[in-house]
Amino acid sequence: MSLMLVVLVGVLFATGTYSMLHRSLTRIVVGVGLIGNGVNLLLIVAGSRPGLPPIVGKLTGATDPIPQALVLTAIVIGFALQAFLLALAWRSWTIDGNDDVEDDLEDRRIADQRRRQIRRSEAERRAERERMLSGDDNRDPQGTDAR
Amino acid sequence: MTETLIGLHAIAGAACLVVGQRLRRGVFVIALAPLAISLVALAIRTGDVLDGRSPTSGATWVEGLSLAFTFRLDGFAAVMALVVTAIGVIVMIYAWGYFAGDDSPQRVARFAGFFTLFAGAMLGLVVARDVWTLFVFWELTSVLSFLLIGLDDHLAHARIAAQRALMVTGAGGLVMLGGLVCLVHAAGTADLQAVLEAAPTSTTAQVGVLLVLIGAFAKSAQFPLHFWLPGAMAAPTPVSAYLHSATMVKAGVVVIARFAPAFASLGWWRPVLVIVGGATMLSGGVAALRRDDAKQALAFGTVSQLGLLVVLFGVGEPEVTAAGVGLLVAHALFKSALFLTIGAVEHATGSRDLRRLSGVGRALPSLAVAAGLVTASMIGLPPLLGFAAKEAALGALVDGAGGWITVALIVVVLGSVLTTAYSVRIWWGLFATKPSAAERETVHHRPSPLLWAPVVVLAGASLVAGFGSGALGRRLTVAASSLDEAAHVHLTLWPGLHVSLLLSVVIVALGGGVAWALIRRDSGSFSSETMGERAYGGAYAGLLEGAKRITLVTQSGSLPVYIAVIVSVVVVVLGVALARGSATEWGHPVVADSVMQGAVAVLSAIMAVSVVMARRRFVSVLLLGGVGQGLTVLFLLYGAPDLALTQFMIETLMIVAFVLVLRHLPRHYSAPPSWAPRAFRIGLSAAVGITFAWFALAAGSVDRPTDVTDAVEQLSLPEAGGKNVVNVVIVDFRGIDTMGEITVFGVAALGVANLVTASRRVVGAPRATRFARIGAESMIFEQVTRMIFHMTLLVSLYITLRGHNAPGGGFAGGLIAGAAFVFRVLAGVATNRPFVSRVSPVALIALGLTFAVGTGFAPLFAGNEFLESSIFHVDVPAIGDVKLVTAGVFDLGVYLLVIGVVITVLSHLASRTHSGGAVADGMSS
Repeated sequence: MSLMLVVLVGVLFATGTYSMLHRSLTRIVVGVGLIGNGVNLLLIVAGSRPGLPPIVGKLTGATDPIPQALVLTAIVIGFALQAFLLALAWRSWTIDGNDDVEDDLEDRRIADQRRRQIRRSEAERRAERERMLSGDDNRDPQGTDAR
Repeated sequence: MTETLIGLHAIAGAACLVVGQRLRRGVFVIALAPLAISLVALAIRTGDVLDGRSPTSGATWVEGLSLAFTFRLDGFAAVMALVVTAIGVIVMIYAWGYFAGDDSPQRVARFAGFFTLFAGAMLGLVVARDVWTLFVFWELTSVLSFLLIGLDDHLAHARIAAQRALMVTGAGGLVMLGGLVCLVHAAGTADLQAVLEAAPTSTTAQVGVLLVLIGAFAKSAQFPLHFWLPGAMAAPTPVSAYLHSATMVKAGVVVIARFAPAFASLGWWRPVLVIVGGATMLSGGVAALRRDDAKQALAFGTVSQLGLLVVLFGVGEPEVTAAGVGLLVAHALFKSALFLTIGAVEHATGSRDLRRLSGVGRALPSLAVAAGLVTASMIGLPPLLGFAAKEAALGALVDGAGGWITVALIVVVLGSVLTTAYSVRIWWGLFATKPSAAERETVHHRPSPLLWAPVVVLAGASLVAGFGSGALGRRLTVAASSLDEAAHVHLTLWPGLHVSLLLSVVIVALGGGVAWALIRRDSGSFSSETMGERAYGGAYAGLLEGAKRITLVTQSGSLPVYIAVIVSVVVVVLGVALARGSATEWGHPVVADSVMQGAVAVLSAIMAVSVVMARRRFVSVLLLGGVGQGLTVLFLLYGAPDLALTQFMIETLMIVAFVLVLRHLPRHYSAPPSWAPRAFRIGLSAAVGITFAWFALAAGSVDRPTDVTDAVEQLSLPEAGGKNVVNVVIVDFRGIDTMGEITVFGVAALGVANLVTASRRVVGAPRATRFARIGAESMIFEQVTRMIFHMTLLVSLYITLRGHNAPGGGFAGGLIAGAAFVFRVLAGVATNRPFVSRVSPVALIALGLTFAVGTGFAPLFAGNEFLESSIFHVDVPAIGDVKLVTAGVFDLGVYLLVIGVVITVLSHLASRTHSGGAVADGMSS
């Protein structure tokens, strides 16, 4: 087993991950490409020993065909995936003028709403505490209503 | 027979939903047909059943799992089926009048369709012989009830009520499913009769029985799960009258009635049923007295009556069970009639308010008298059926008194006092003339005969059945004895001077007094949420709040964060697994298999690192291409020429695709992300890299069994007629898999096409020609492309065809051909060539898929398996013996599809957009 190839697998995964941690869709596509290459190489390296092409009649000393059959379609599908992501990047550019992946607005909205709620209830609690500390039990009815 | 009747309902219901809208009122004819046919058919069959036969029928559902739809029409099932169809016919006729003024044919069609389907489901439920059949129809009634309650889906309260009913009965159904699984497991059979005869008493079985009971309680609106039923009154009156009084809510009672004789001997059975049923009866009765909306009051009255039935069947004594059967029939008659009455009154006056209605009785005397009769039946006054049934129940409880039966007797007496009170109050509220009422509502138009005639029919039935109670009782005995052999129904209008008669007198007197007091006070108006409603509301709100909280914690909405989380989990899980693993011996590691390999690997690694360091898009993409071509060399060195060929073509085309898109985008990448420090990102990435390198090392050190490889290599030539094992695996041994993959491939191309087309629409530019000129006009490039185009196509075909025996194949060939077309595009040759502008690349994708799928299906006609290869030998003159393999056709399909995909993707990415076109124009000028 070739240690150089093992190291290359690691490098491909590391650089691919690093690319995918960006917001730019182009970088993400590049990251997908790097990791895809890493996966294909991983399957071949871990799944077979180097040898001759597996052709019937010349099978002695040939390499294992199974990982190759797996990887071949993976390469092709990888192309489709990257092309699709590229089209997304293009679409993002026509709409926004950039290819950055924005945060999910729905999730942001929920988070903001929730944070506001928490802030409000904290403010209420603080007001309550202050009222108790000042010993003022006569609440202003209008103030209560307004709240 | 029964499955035919159920099928009729299904067909008629579907017909109503599909064409009912156009038929307007005619939809009721379709809806009535199956109900009427079933009623007649069942009535004819009754003779058989009375003779003690119980016809069984069925159909296999899933053969291997011994799942079957089986039905049997024993006495009890026949009675319930007759009730379901007879009340169904009457209510449907009533609905004809009820929806007369409805100007939404869609609403009417939906009502008729769902109603008919529901009637079929209910019929199936009562005649089910197999527990799974029972469960399927049980759930169907829940779902159809949901649809009917929510018939007016534009009203918020109808939607809420429908949802609540579905949640409660649906959850109850799931609980019951668990119970049925336990019971079937314990009894070793799914035949309901056999389960009941075996009556297993193991712990599993007891848990099963309890779960089934909970499901039945939810369906039959037993305390504290009863709160959904009054809400269900949001449905139109015919629905309330049929589903929520006469049929669906009886489903739970039916199951309890079936189970009681078998399981009443369990120590906890009787207390549980008497307590739950009793609490339901009393709380429902009290609540019924405190509602001013007639429909709400009657709904709580239904809850109360269901409690009574649960108590009676729950006691499990033969005589009490027999009385329960009588009461079940009586209740179906009077309760549906009363709901129909309320609907008619509301139709005539526009109100259901018991305090404001006034003078209705004078205006509609026949309705008032008929309603009076059924009210009397509900109270239990002679000479109506209700009296005979309640007398039988009281008599049986008095005779069997002792322990929990005494408790049941007390509960029934108290509940009956309440029943009398709310019955009188409802009738009084609906029909009496109340001079004191503040805002009086009275009849402003007379209801059509279709609205009051059904009530008269039902009242007449109660009366006739009351007078003929002796004969009816003998027939019902058959029904009761199919539940419990020893049960005999004694229905009579004159039980003799028995304690039960005294109790009846006391009940009527006390109930009448309470009613009188309430009517005098003209109040009792009280309506608040019940405990169950509050609990449900709280649980529901809590669920939503909990979902929000979880969303807040887990869904930051940021893609990089998600990716970071995902890869962290992978690193931790994989890392732990690797660390715990026992891979101590690494499988003969060497630095590199060859000098060449080592050099290319180092070069590739350097380029990969450069990719992430590049700040210009073009640079990073070109470096990525370099990494890919490095892999091409590595594959070739490794002994994988097929991979090398494919990888080489893919990387080439990928660079083209990137360049086509990147020409629109800014030259430099935007600012690096700020969500996490650079060190963290580098650290995480390094961890991922190390983990996977470690994994590669560990996985490669494992001695994989070689039997699959050996089999594939041995079978390749004789079975699939191919020497190139890799290709044979792809197009033959795992052909179905490949078929799925090329489908994905084609779909992705269509996705790209749509995204690009949509982008053009956003920009508002005119639709670009399919092959717009985009490249710089280089004469050399153009001429070379022209020269090699046809040659390239020929080569691609050769590569495809030889793929079965030597490196190549449909994927590689298709990519080469696709590249040939794409280079024509880039060189600007394509626009004036007819081929590509006339043949749509999408058609190529479709053609390719057809080839592949056709190769899959063709062997089926020859009696072989899907995608099985056939090898033909053809003797061609001058060439000699030519071997043809069907897998070759499959590969040809792959070839065509890949060409189509490549052209689709790249031509769309190459097409002009608003400013993209400007860029291209700028480049070409």
